Amino acid sequence: MPIETPDLVLAPILPELILSGVAMLILLVDAARPSRGGRAMALLAAAGILAAAAVVIRQWQVPAADELTALGGMVAVDRFALFFRLVILACALLSVLLGAHYLERTGEGRGEYHALLLFAAAGMTLLAAAADLIVVFLALEVLSLSLYVLAGFSWRRLASQEASLKYFLLGAFSSAFFLYGIALAYGAAGTTSLAGIADALSGPGTSMALALAAGGLLLVGFSFKVAAVPFHMWTPDVYQGAPSPVTGFMAAGTKVAGFAALIRVTTVALGPVSWELLPAVVGVSALTMVVGSILAIAQDDVKRVLAYSSIAHAGFVLVGVAAANQEGVSGSMFYLVAYAAMILGAFAVVIAVSRTGEGRTSLRSYRGLARRNPVLGALLALFLLSLAGIPPTAGFIAKVLVFEAAVRAGLSGLVVVAVLASVVAAFFYIRLIVLAYMEDPEETERVPAEPAPGLALGVTAAVTLLLGILPGLLLDPLERAGVLRW
Amino acid sequence: MSSFPWLTVTVFLPLAGAVVLLALTPLPRRRPEAGGYGADDPWRWVAFLVSSATFVVSLGILTEFRAEPGFQLVEEAGWVGPLNIRYVLGLDGISLFMVLLTTFLMPLAILASWRVERQVPYFMASLLALETAMLGAFVALDLLLFFVFFEGLLFPMYLVIGIWGSGRRVYAAVKFFLFTMAGSALLLVAILFLAFRSETALGGMTFDLRQLVGMDLPATTARWLFLAFFVAFAVKVPLFPLHTWLPDAHTEAPTAGSVILAGVLLKLGAYGLIRFNLTLFPDASEDFRGLVTTLAVIGIVYGAVVALIQTDIKRLVAYSSVSHLGFVVLGIFAGTLQGMSGGVIQMVNHGLSTGALFLIVGMLYDRTHTRDLARLGGLARRTPVLAGVFLVVALSSLGLPGLNGFVGELLILLGTFDASRLPAVIAATGVVLSAIYLLWAYQRSMHGDLPAELESTPDLSGREYAYMVPILVAIVAIGVFPKPLLDRIEPAADRHVRLIAVEPSSADVVRAAGGD
Repeated sequence: MPIETPDLVLAPILPELILSGVAMLILLVDAARPSRGGRAMALLAAAGILAAAAVVIRQWQVPAADELTALGGMVAVDRFALFFRLVILACALLSVLLGAHYLERTGEGRGEYHALLLFAAAGMTLLAAAADLIVVFLALEVLSLSLYVLAGFSWRRLASQEASLKYFLLGAFSSAFFLYGIALAYGAAGTTSLAGIADALSGPGTSMALALAAGGLLLVGFSFKVAAVPFHMWTPDVYQGAPSPVTGFMAAGTKVAGFAALIRVTTVALGPVSWELLPAVVGVSALTMVVGSILAIAQDDVKRVLAYSSIAHAGFVLVGVAAANQEGVSGSMFYLVAYAAMILGAFAVVIAVSRTGEGRTSLRSYRGLARRNPVLGALLALFLLSLAGIPPTAGFIAKVLVFEAAVRAGLSGLVVVAVLASVVAAFFYIRLIVLAYMEDPEETERVPAEPAPGLALGVTAAVTLLLGILPGLLLDPLERAGVLRW
Repeated sequence: MSSFPWLTVTVFLPLAGAVVLLALTPLPRRRPEAGGYGADDPWRWVAFLVSSATFVVSLGILTEFRAEPGFQLVEEAGWVGPLNIRYVLGLDGISLFMVLLTTFLMPLAILASWRVERQVPYFMASLLALETAMLGAFVALDLLLFFVFFEGLLFPMYLVIGIWGSGRRVYAAVKFFLFTMAGSALLLVAILFLAFRSETALGGMTFDLRQLVGMDLPATTARWLFLAFFVAFAVKVPLFPLHTWLPDAHTEAPTAGSVILAGVLLKLGAYGLIRFNLTLFPDASEDFRGLVTTLAVIGIVYGAVVALIQTDIKRLVAYSSVSHLGFVVLGIFAGTLQGMSGGVIQMVNHGLSTGALFLIVGMLYDRTHTRDLARLGGLARRTPVLAGVFLVVALSSLGLPGLNGFVGELLILLGTFDASRLPAVIAATGVVLSAIYLLWAYQRSMHGDLPAELESTPDLSGREYAYMVPILVAIVAIGVFPKPLLDRIEPAADRHVRLIAVEPSSADVVRAAGGD
């Protein structure tokens, strides 16, 4: 049987090639000149990310080709993919910045941090563009393997090792689910291409049972990655144990990439059975919002609070996914951008307050923060208010968009659960603000302002505020990017 | 109509001032050694000037305003394109006076905060941000834009109570925040649902109040939506039994916070009931009128009775608000023009009288460092002017003819009596009770034996005159000559009443009742 080889056009995966190439370069240089360590590698990584971003922007400007996919249907070349790539690259850039600062402080400035981060970013961007379940799996593994190692990057710290191991074990578990889902999908449709599966499922003669089982297993796999209840168990421990910049990157990047693939898979491949899968998505969404919000109240470590908050937010994004309409898709996309900005910003505050490594992450350390550094206190309040969905912040507009999409899809009940969960969530965000603004500090020493976290804070705060006041800035491009065709 | 964006300027001028204040924080303090701020520090003056300028601009609105029923000075712009959420501002006779009340009280509240010593720039910035949010909520005609302002005022108010309050300030602040946020959670869902229905009913999704009015809704849907809106506003008003956050918040807030909270914030709840509940769901309002009236009457009597037994004078004033706001809601839902006009006037009056009462409580506390009525007494001998001011304000609050409170209460009772007798009769006992608790509070603090430690209590200072005199002038002016207000309020009130009217009302009846 002759094997048809597809035309080898590498342009669609050029961003990933650049990221991986630079990552390998960093590994080589680091091996040759280990003493160079920190800063130079960070600059190299940043340059790589910027180059990849330039390519993405260029591809955004050039009108899309006739083909919807490239490389034999493996990779999508639509604006949906480009949009998410850009978001992920922005997250990666901020994480490089924060990581360089953090590692310099802990004396762990080894080049492989940046290499691993670039590999993870490549996996994420590929995930956002994957048009075939095999590529989805491949990308998931690339990003996961890199993150397993990054979570344990501070290997002298036991919690970091524990985080790495826990993430690895549960991640491997979820990969197995996902792989099984792919197998069943292939069994049902005879193909692993997302568009092909959609065709097969809408045609006659497909085993519905098999298709639903496949859909369910794929959802389980994704739920692990985006930390949706009941597959969220790993999140608090891993988020707490991993070095803060890694946690920020995981919380922002992984969720954005995971949801990009989740949206594409559910909308395209599972579109024909979306009605049957709806109860599962709605159930997971409601459960995630409620459990995430309630459990956050009981935490006394800021990283655990943010971990549960990030769980709850997965539930809110799922509201948009459950709506399964055009508004839901673009609403979720807006939500993810807003979420990435505010969670990265929140972790930048954590890093600034910690000063060195993982010190001062207990909630007590936040007492009187506003007095020890007014700007930092105000930024923390901004991010927390945005996470709570209080106007005029990006978090509020994001919630309005996904809620409206869900109301439109007839899911008013889910929206009611969502707003009630937001009230519960507001309670613990407010509690943190109470600590920062209304209690007397334990130490009177001023929290110093530092350039790297400062820059990251400035960018994320600007996004959080700007998207809350002028959401049109993002909504206009979303009108073109939020369309999935196949 | 002029092309000058009156409303945008009025709404955002305070916020701009807040930004300027934050930018000016590095200025040197006068008394850095004490860790506090001095009385003449520039931030106080900046805040005062900005809020005064806002008042002046809002007077421009008054001159542009025509006594007509519709929305005026409308400004429109796109905001969130895909959902057709628009930036629409406009005002009618009802919102006009809410705006003026806000811009009038804010400089006075700031003037009353000269003694605040901690983190003055942030305090003033919070107050100014709060002013923008309140003004925005009063003039927003797009439901979601309204919600943005409505929720946006939570955080600055929360800071004002939680940082600069007294005693159990953190508890009070968190309670305030969570009560209000929980109340408005379902409001957001209701707004989104309404907009979604507008797509099929009106042929295009919109959040614009002017287009949503008169939209056909199934009766059951309208009732649910009414309830969602109602809970949000009833918490703010606050209507019994959702009032429990109020005594704590009022009592612990700093003077300026209490003034703004009582003077303006509570009005936002009543305003919301008029602007949204009555307008959007007239039939459901009719269905729920019995329930709302009952709650209002319970609130009137309950608030008054609880105020009677308070020993903390600030708490007493707080409970009197529950009682007085009950009157406002009673009037709004009476379904008569007298009731509606009276309700709106009473909103203004309550803002002035209760605002003034809180200012007086603040002055008392500054002098005596106690709010406990048992530890006050005989002050009239040392501070005759303060006592006189207290008496006038108390009389205004209890509705003495010739002062502002009378006009509103009379109209409300008349309007309610026309519609249904029993509520009016029970509510009238609230007037009697308010006379008891207010005069008793006056008597216990100003007459009787003067405690030894209060021997050297000073009378009003120049600054205190500066913020009490304007209020007193307004109190007397409205009491003697309410026509200018009524003329502007009535067309808008009439338009709202027609939506739920019991019987066709005639403006002449009211004019007669209004006493001009």
